[in-house]
This record gives sequence, structure tokens and C-alpha cells, in this order.
Amino acid sequence: MTAILEMQGITKTFPGVKALSNVNLSVREGEIHAICGENGAGKSTLMKVLSGVYPHGSYDGEILYDGKPARFRDIRDSEHAGIVIIHQELALVPLLSVAENLFLGNEVATGGVINWPLAYQKTEALLRKVGLTEAPTTRVEKLGVGKQQLVEIAKALAKNVRLLILDEPTAALQENDSQKLLDLMLELKGQGVTQIIISHKLNEIRRVADRVTVIRDGSTVSTLDRSEITEDRIIRDMVGRDMAHRYPERTPRIGEVLMEVRNWSVMHPDQPRQVIRDVSMNVRKGEIVGIAGLMGSGRTEFAMSLFGRSYGRDITGEVTLAGGKPDLSTVSKAIDAGLAYVTEDRKALGLILDEPILRNVSLANLEGIAKGFVLSRGREQQVAEKYRGAMNIRTPSVFQRVVNLSGGNQQKVVLSKWLFTDPQVLILDEPTRGIDVGAKFEIYNIMNDLAAQGHGVVMISSEMPELLGMCDRIYVMNEGRIAGELTREQASQERIMALILQDGMKGKAA
Amino acid sequence: MSTADANKPAGAKTGIGAHLGSHLRENGMMLALVAIVLFFFIIVRAVQGVDFLSAQNITNLFLQNSYVIIMALGMLLVIVAGHIDLSVGSVAAFTGAVASMLLVKMQLPVLLVIPVVLVVGGLIGAAQGYWIAYWRIPSFIVTLAGMLVFRGLTLWLLGGQNIGPFERSFQALSTGFIPDLFGPDKPNLTAMLLVALAAAAIVWTGIRGRAREAEFGIAPEPAGFFWARNAVVVVALLFVGWKLASFRGLPNVLLIMSVLIVLYAFFTESTTTGRRIYALGGNEKAAKLSGIKTERLVFFTFVNMGVLASLAGMIVTARLNSATPKAGVGFELDVIAAVFIGGASMTGGSGRIIGVVVGALIMGVMNNGMSIMGIGIDYQQVIKGLVLLAAVIFDVYNKTKQG
Repeated sequence: MTAILEMQGITKTFPGVKALSNVNLSVREGEIHAICGENGAGKSTLMKVLSGVYPHGSYDGEILYDGKPARFRDIRDSEHAGIVIIHQELALVPLLSVAENLFLGNEVATGGVINWPLAYQKTEALLRKVGLTEAPTTRVEKLGVGKQQLVEIAKALAKNVRLLILDEPTAALQENDSQKLLDLMLELKGQGVTQIIISHKLNEIRRVADRVTVIRDGSTVSTLDRSEITEDRIIRDMVGRDMAHRYPERTPRIGEVLMEVRNWSVMHPDQPRQVIRDVSMNVRKGEIVGIAGLMGSGRTEFAMSLFGRSYGRDITGEVTLAGGKPDLSTVSKAIDAGLAYVTEDRKALGLILDEPILRNVSLANLEGIAKGFVLSRGREQQVAEKYRGAMNIRTPSVFQRVVNLSGGNQQKVVLSKWLFTDPQVLILDEPTRGIDVGAKFEIYNIMNDLAAQGHGVVMISSEMPELLGMCDRIYVMNEGRIAGELTREQASQERIMALILQDGMKGKAA
Repeated sequence: MSTADANKPAGAKTGIGAHLGSHLRENGMMLALVAIVLFFFIIVRAVQGVDFLSAQNITNLFLQNSYVIIMALGMLLVIVAGHIDLSVGSVAAFTGAVASMLLVKMQLPVLLVIPVVLVVGGLIGAAQGYWIAYWRIPSFIVTLAGMLVFRGLTLWLLGGQNIGPFERSFQALSTGFIPDLFGPDKPNLTAMLLVALAAAAIVWTGIRGRAREAEFGIAPEPAGFFWARNAVVVVALLFVGWKLASFRGLPNVLLIMSVLIVLYAFFTESTTTGRRIYALGGNEKAAKLSGIKTERLVFFTFVNMGVLASLAGMIVTARLNSATPKAGVGFELDVIAAVFIGGASMTGGSGRIIGVVVGALIMGVMNNGMSIMGIGIDYQQVIKGLVLLAAVIFDVYNKTKQG
């Protein structure tokens, strides 16, 4: 079989991070090629290089497509060559119809006038190919995520795709939708469409992939043939080193219960359904408690509803914090009560990107640098310098705008902001997402220090190894409920998954 | 290692060049203002044979532009918070009309009318701010509605007529001058003294700021540059003071304006509330999750805008010595233009009081200079529009260059 695609020695650098370093990838015509790697390993970046999101010249290395050097300047260019990428976040316009979405930018038109009957006819044919029976005039917002995913694939087919790239296509899908999607992939393979799938669901990879390339820390580790694909091998290549060295040593010194939540229930802000159901949990002094769960299991919603009712409505339940009953009705009261919440999305929710480090650090506790209403900029700078040292924030000065910092350093700024509010309990939501490996280790160290100082730390994470490596206790959440609780000794990836699956069964039976 | 490279100081260059670069906007605007003034001084003398910097014209410049500067102070807060207020012209007209009704029709004393009208302005701001802050109706829509509503109410209140004249004590709000404590001889020593004091205060705060920066190890502005800039400011101030002193002294409105400028500069740069408005405009969600009561702050900026609009309305009314249905038409555009020329960001979160004042003065000097030169209102509008566009393009260009 000939290679349809050869990526050779691809290196891509962002300010602060080397995202890809000398990556090689070879995809054969007509195969399904899986790319595996941890979050932040560089999978998505590699696909963005391939599809022209990062244009030729912004990276080093060579792309050979059909044996010829390809220099894509933008997505249009790569689509012209038959390479279509479907991103994790779907790129459909919700208020437009399926037909309008399918031919967006590629309209069935002569001289700018759209031929609607022909467009609808073509749409129906394409929808049939992906197994959808919806009318072409249906608005995309009316479809579920699974069907939207299929519309995306139909859209790719409309562009005469030869190489289809699916970036974690099943991440947001239910089990049966995922199965349909995988079936469709195999069917397209039968029709000669080469596909690249990015996934870290190993069972899916085993089912559809002909070969697997594993990427770790921005470099290619191995390319495995179908016969070599085993979970052990893939995990070993993905992780690359012993668990013991990925997480800093720590001897937990756990004290009395610091925060206890009982029967916490939350309604969706604008739909009549319960998002959090009867959640009870606690954190002790000096303890790191994990919350595991799939995307959409309600972990973030739980944390945000706790933190000054920042999410949801009709919130019920009881909280005790350090022996008292805190008033958590607004964010500023929650902060005063000793709670801090480091958001999942640090750029959109955690930082003011255009402002310098020192202004971000002081933001949640301006009283701490002011006399009455009047700010002391000297004090503000001292505080920022203190955290710059303590957190090892790598920056020439605290006047640097945070937009110029790497992900890891940005996260340290967010942590500084919350530590300056002197919290008792810190809830960290995906604290290491999008951060390179070295900085992750530093964040883990900071978390351990916080626990050692007697804070209670709650860590929400989608990366199970991280939870297993860091936490003294893990709660498993599923569909807004606590599906189970595991001690450090009991916890393993399999047990966490088992709890989620069992809870899913219960949910369906009920 | 790449991480180390990328963390290398982006702005750690030293020296005057780097400093100029990082403060290009502010210094550029000041220079532009000086250049524009000199341009008109030379051209007007050559073409018309008139002194552009005559005592009378300088006094006029302040009287003509005070209301724009006063409203621009409030507009800066609104724009920093990420909003816009299109209603200020109509609100100024309406509150001016209310003042005239109270003074002329109801014969109420001036000292009562002024605070009452300020409260009316605050209530109008509250009425608009309520929908914007708590119902999240876009400020563009709410204040566009306000612009129509208060223009209509002005017409209704005045019955389509002018109402005036006013007693001297109300006119003094705009056309009055600070009496000379040292007797009526020229030059006016009180004016000279106050201006000299202001100049001294500016230099003193500058020196103190530098000392404090040095204490905390902040790289200060290069010394030569600091003194040069201060020298320009002091010379300009003393020149203006001397000119004013040789005419009728310090206009009341200049004093009101100066006090407000200092207050708002302090508020925006050195208070917790001021800082929170910038945070809100920079990233509303992050501000909210940091415990900042964003709705209340937005509400406050509109109440504040209403109060300043009513003050400006009274000043304009006092200057014209009558409330007219056409007062304040198009003010909102001058005010908003001044804020953007002054360097505020369209998306909120940045902008300084000093920039806004300079921006308003640039617009004011251009209006005045072009009128003296006899340039038609048609060309004036075109030129002002282009200046606004150029200033904002300059900003955006600078920002993309910085990355």
C-alpha cells in the first residue's frame, strides 16, 4: 500500500511551549490510522499543522501528500486537496439548516445564486450516506450532538474528502451514538476514504484502527500495526515512564473534616432538569480529594454551584466549613468563607489576559492591597513578587501581561490569585489541562504543598492517571450523582470506569 | 530549551527607545495636541492674521469644550466597563430644560436647583443602567432608546420654545470667573497663583511617583524624558495661566473641570472600585468568579454618567443663557470620539483619564481652529471623522504589532 500522507520532522513552537518536536507520521491510502497520546501531547496541534490551521512556514518540517510536498496556507487550501478535519468543538452554525451547513462556503450555486432544489437533493443523498433521515431544512440546533457529528461527516463528504480527520469524535457521544459513528467510519473506509482518528478510548481504537501512532510530549514514540495493538503497549508508550516519577512524593498528614457537603442538588439554569442530584462529599485538612467522571458528569457544575451559586438555580443542600455554616450565596461571600475555585477554562474564566500579572494576582482580594478604598500599588507589587517567587512563575517581571505567558505560568498566576484570598478549601477544576509536562509536575508540587499546609484540596480531573497519582481519596461522579468513593488503595482506572458504568445501568433501569 | 526562550523578557529592553515604545500612545497624543495647537497658531496667524493663542481664544477653548471633557470622564468608565451611552446629548438637553423650568417657571433658588438636577441626571442614569446591568439588555439599544426618549421629553417640556434668561448666579456656572482675591488689577494674580500651584502639584506627584517606583524596584521612566515631559507640561500650563490672568481670570468651569479630572484620575487608578471596573471590562466572567459584583458596577457607571451629563447640561444651558430644544444634539458623538481618540479600547478594559482629556482637547482645538480659519462645517466633519479613524487605526496597529 502506498502512503497518502507523510509528515516528516514536524516541529511547532508556541510562545512558552514547544508543542511538537520532530514528529513523523505516515498514513497509508485507505487505512484508518489512530493517533494516541495524553492530553497536551500534541495530537491536535499536529492535525492543525496538517490541515493548514497553522499555515506553511509557521512550523518546521515537510508534509508530503500523494508523494508531493504540500504547503497549505489555510484550511481552504487543505480542503481543496481533499483533507477535511472535524474538530472536537463542532463547527456548525446552529441556526442554519442542515443543507445550508453542508454547503457553507461551498454553496450549490451558479453565479452566486443558490439552486435550492439541487442543494436539497444533494443534501438528502449525503445524509443517507451517513445514515440520517432528517429533512435538509431541519435546523442544526434541533439535532443531538451525535447527529450533529454525522452532519459534520456529511459536510466533509460534500467536499469530496480523501483524508478525513476526526479529533476525538466520540468524546461527547453516548455509547450507541459512538457505535454508529464507528460503524460509519468502517463503511467509509470501504468506500476508500482514508481516515485519521484521534482518540484515547482504547477499545474504539482496537475496533476500527489499522495502525496506531503514539505521541508523547510532542514527539512520535511508536507506530504500531494492528497485530501489535494492545492496551498495555499503547499505555506504556503514551505514559513513557513509571507512575512513580510522574507525581511528586508526598506523605499525607490528614486531619479532621474541613468541609462537608450534604445532599447538594442543583437544577439546570434554564431547562427543567436536575443537573446535580443529592451529592454528599467531604474534604479533610491536608487531604487531596479527587472527583473523577466523564465529560458532562456534572463535576464542574457541582463545583460552580457550590462556589457562590455561580451555576444553576434552586440549589439545595447543606455545607459546613471549618465547623461553621458558611454563607455561600455569592462569590464574594464564598471567598470570605474560605473557599476558592480555580476554573477549568483559565483563559475565559480565570484571567484578564490583557492585564499584567500583578493585577491578576490581586483581583480576588483587592482589600488585601488597599487601605479603605485606596489601592497601594507598592503593596500590590510586593504581593505579586512574593507569589512569583513562591510559585516559580517564569516571567521577566510582574508587569508582563498574562497573555504572553505559557499555559503553565498562567495557571500559576491563577493559583496565586486564589492563594492570596487565603482560602481553607481550594477546588481545582482540571488544573493541568493544556499544560506541558514539566509545568504539570510543578503544579502537582504546589498542590502537595497546599495540602501539607493544612488546606483541603479538591481536584476535578478527566485524566485518571493524574487522579490516581495525586489523590488520597476519589469520588466518582456520573450523571450528576456520586457513583462511588474509592480510597487511594482501592482506586484504579478499571474500578473508576466500573463505577461509572454500573451507575449508568442504574440510571437506565430507574 | 524552548520554555526558557519563550519566557525571555518581551518588554525588558531598557532606555528611552523602549520607554517611548511602551508609552507611545500617551506621549504620541500629547505631542499630537501640541503639534495641532502650534499648527493652528502658525496657520491662523499667516492666513487670518489673528492670534490663535490669544487670551480670549484660550478662554473660549475651555468654555466651549468643558462639557465634552466632563461627559467624557463618565463615558470613559462606561466604555471601560464594556458598554456605550448614546443618550448623553439628549440627557444633557433634558436636564438643562428641567433646570430652566425650575429656575424660570418655578423661581427656585440656584443652590437648590443644581443638586436637584444632578439627582435627576442620576435617576435617568439609573433607569437606563437598570436594564443594562440587571436585565442584560445591550447598552447600545437601551441608550439609543434613551436618546430618542429624552430628546422627545425635552421638546415636550420646553413646548418647542427657548426658556431663559437666567439669573447671574446660574450663568456663573459657565461664564463666570473666579474673582481675584488680590483686587481687580491686571494681571489676575489669583488665576496665576492657582495655575502655578497646579503645575507644582503635577511635578510633585510625578517626583513622588518616581521615588516610590524606585523604592519598589520598578524601572522608572528615564530621567531626562521625565523632566522634558514635565517641563513641557509646566510651560504650557504657565503660559495658559498667564494668558487667562491677563484676560478675565480663571473660568469657574475650568476649575470644576480640573477638580473632576483629578478626582476621576484618582478613582480610576487608585481605588478598589475603579480597578474593578477595569477588571469587569477586561473579562466579565473572570471578574465575576473573582467575587466582583459586576451588575452593581455597570449600574454605577450609568448612574455616574447620568450625573455628569446633567452637570454638562446645566453648563451648556448656562452658557447659552437659555434652554433650547436643540441643545446637546450630537454631543454623544463628540464625547465618544474623545474617549476613543484618547486611547480607550472598544472592547472595554482599558483607557485612561489623561488620554480622554487630551483626546477631547484635540477635538476641541480642531473645532475651534477650523472655525477661526473659516473652514466650512462640511469639511470640518470630514476632517474630524478622519482624525478619529486614524487614532483608532493607530491603536489597533500598535496592538497587533505588540502581539
